[in-house]
Amino acid sequence: MTDLLSITDLERGDIERLLDLTDRFAEISTRQIPKVPALRGKTVVSLFYEDSTRTRLSFETAAKRLSADTMNFSVSTSSVKKGESLRDTAQTIEAMGIDCVIVRHKSSGVPWQLTRWVDASVVNAGDGWHEHPTQALLDCYTIRQQRGSLDGMHIAIVGDVKHSRVARSDIWAFTKLGATVTVVAPPTLLPPAVGAYPVQVSHDIESVLPTVDAVYLLRMQRERMTEALLPSLREYTATYGLTRRRAELLRDDALVMHPGPINRGVEIDPDIADEQRSVIVDQVRNGVSVRMAVLFLLLGSGTELHTPTDALQEASA
Amino acid sequence: MAERERRLTRPFGGVFVPRTQVMDADDLRRATWRMAHEIIEANGGVDDVVLVGLQTGGVPLAERLQAALLEIEGVEVPAGRLDVAFHRDDIGLRPVLPEAPTDVPFPIDGAVVVLVDDVLFTGRTIRAALDALTSFGRPRAVQLAVMIDRGHRELPIRPDYVGKNLPTRKDEAVDVHDDGVDLGEVVK
Repeated sequence: MTDLLSITDLERGDIERLLDLTDRFAEISTRQIPKVPALRGKTVVSLFYEDSTRTRLSFETAAKRLSADTMNFSVSTSSVKKGESLRDTAQTIEAMGIDCVIVRHKSSGVPWQLTRWVDASVVNAGDGWHEHPTQALLDCYTIRQQRGSLDGMHIAIVGDVKHSRVARSDIWAFTKLGATVTVVAPPTLLPPAVGAYPVQVSHDIESVLPTVDAVYLLRMQRERMTEALLPSLREYTATYGLTRRRAELLRDDALVMHPGPINRGVEIDPDIADEQRSVIVDQVRNGVSVRMAVLFLLLGSGTELHTPTDALQEASA
Repeated sequence: MAERERRLTRPFGGVFVPRTQVMDADDLRRATWRMAHEIIEANGGVDDVVLVGLQTGGVPLAERLQAALLEIEGVEVPAGRLDVAFHRDDIGLRPVLPEAPTDVPFPIDGAVVVLVDDVLFTGRTIRAALDALTSFGRPRAVQLAVMIDRGHRELPIRPDYVGKNLPTRKDEAVDVHDDGVDLGEVVK
């Protein structure tokens, strides 16, 4: 594996191995000096064509804790403003001798396109409505941390599934790890081919909530809603939001999750986001550990290297 | 460290074929007991002493030393575990194993840290361990206890407490296990 482009590329075993390794990286962050030299000399560039706070900071923190050098590229201050194409930008960056590109773009498929143009490892940090694999991995890690396993769990994904790359990656990851997924959304916010996903569909959040082990709320992506999909956000909250009254339908041990950033008062009641069952802050914390594991597996791991026999002597100590 | 772990992991896959038993279980017990006495003597007791076993081979040895120190001095010395895979100079040649975690659940500032490993060979693991320790704090001193010193050092590192000095050829392998120590070869 030299790139991380989508969850659909991964087998259940790959995901589990990565989540097992993540514990090792979580430990590093608890040290007095949370930094190890594992990726010393590697250079990681984040190439973000869309706004991001947590994903970019999370990747950058992860790279720095592993001693990689990081460079940041944000469209607003770069030559893209002068009309440089994605390909030219990628090749310019590559010419500087980098090892990994973390890319976010509003168009689906851009990370695949990049792998054809650059030799560096490519990590998909979100491409359009398509996938956001590291978010799904950190969600799985967070659930495993709370429950030990996803096997047999029932997880509801609520909200704007149509525009959500998080939902797509999560659906694949959760089901690969043995959970069943119900998507809950108004018909206008479901993808047209929702039948192609391994999910159940519901339009009635109140009948679903009592049956789930975790409820995953998606952000209402106002910036992507160009059509009149909803009468108003207030109506969405009234019919699909996790209000305080609906939260009482949840089991006491059910997890409340959200990929952030939260629209408090839209998809979730402000108080519910901070209560005991919410693991939203854990998701952010675990994001750093999971991304450390991803970067290490792509750039520094020996597990998939072919090692010549004479290296045995050098390596022994 | 951890010749055993390296043999069991794929890039170095091969079967260890023992040729000679160089220590038996009683020898191991006596050597551990003597090393525990030496640690107490050198440090005038065990007040500030903490043990850190290196994954994977040093961990059981650190636990044996801890038990011996408890029996002799009546003090339970803290014992942690350290995996140096992230700190090696040959990262990429050594896998990071989920089952070999780092766990140093006590402060090491001002303590005398006794690093514990099964086999001392080139010294590269110990260099990495010294590097790793700095991310946990600033010990007053670091000492090194190994069951087997097999020579062939590539760095200026020497042990403070040794179970047995064992002259070896570079292509031999040493296996420290619960029932003793074997010298042999790894056959691919």
